[in-house]
Amino acid sequence: MKNNIKELRAALKMTQSDLAQQIEVSRQTVNAIEKGKFDPSLPTAFRLAAVFNCSIEELFVYESES
Amino acid sequence: MSSKLYINQKSNSMNSKLITSRNRLAKWSMAWVATTALVTFGSQFLWESQIITGLAIILSLAVGVGMVMANRKFVNDGDELQRKIQLESMALTLGLAVVGGIAYSQLDTTNLIKQDAEISFLVLFMGITYILCVFFNARKYS
Repeated sequence: MKNNIKELRAALKMTQSDLAQQIEVSRQTVNAIEKGKFDPSLPTAFRLAAVFNCSIEELFVYESES
Repeated sequence: MSSKLYINQKSNSMNSKLITSRNRLAKWSMAWVATTALVTFGSQFLWESQIITGLAIILSLAVGVGMVMANRKFVNDGDELQRKIQLESMALTLGLAVVGGIAYSQLDTTNLIKQDAEISFLVLFMGITYILCVFFNARKYS
C-alpha cells in the first residue's frame, strides 16, 4: 500500500519519533510504514488518521500486487 | 488533560514497559544459564549427592519456565512490527532447528560423523540462527 504519511508529517513539522509516540508504536515502525515496507494494523491506521485529522482512505492507497 | 498529552504519557509508559520486560528477560536468561551451569559443574566439582543434583535440575527447570514466560511477555509488549519480526525469526529458527537437528542426528546414527550428536550444538545453532534472523528481518523493514 502506498501512503502519504511522510508528506503529512512534514507539513505538521513532526519527527518520526513524535508520530511514533502519538500512535503508540516504535520509530522504526513509523519508518517502515512511511516507506511502504509494512502495512499497519487497522487500530494503528485509525490512530494515524486521527493524528492527521483525515480518513484512512486519504492516508492509504491500496495497490493490487498482481 | 489534553488527548495529545494522554497519548504521549501512554506511549512513554509503553516504551518503559518494553524496556522493563527486556531487562526482566535478560535477568531470567542469565539466571537460567547460571542454574544450568550449577547442575553441570556442581555435580562434577561441588557435591556428589544425586538428591542435590536432582534438586538443582528442578531449580533449573523452574527458572527455565520463568525465562519462557518472560520471553512471552517481551514479545507481547512489542508493537506490531516488532512482533512480526519476532514471529518470522522464531518461525525460521524453529523450522531450521527441526530440519537441521534431524539431519544432524541422522549423521550420527548412520555413522557419517565420528562424534556423538550433542544437544548443545543444536541449542547453539538455534541461538545463532535466531540472532541472525532478527538482524536481517529488522534490516528488511528499516
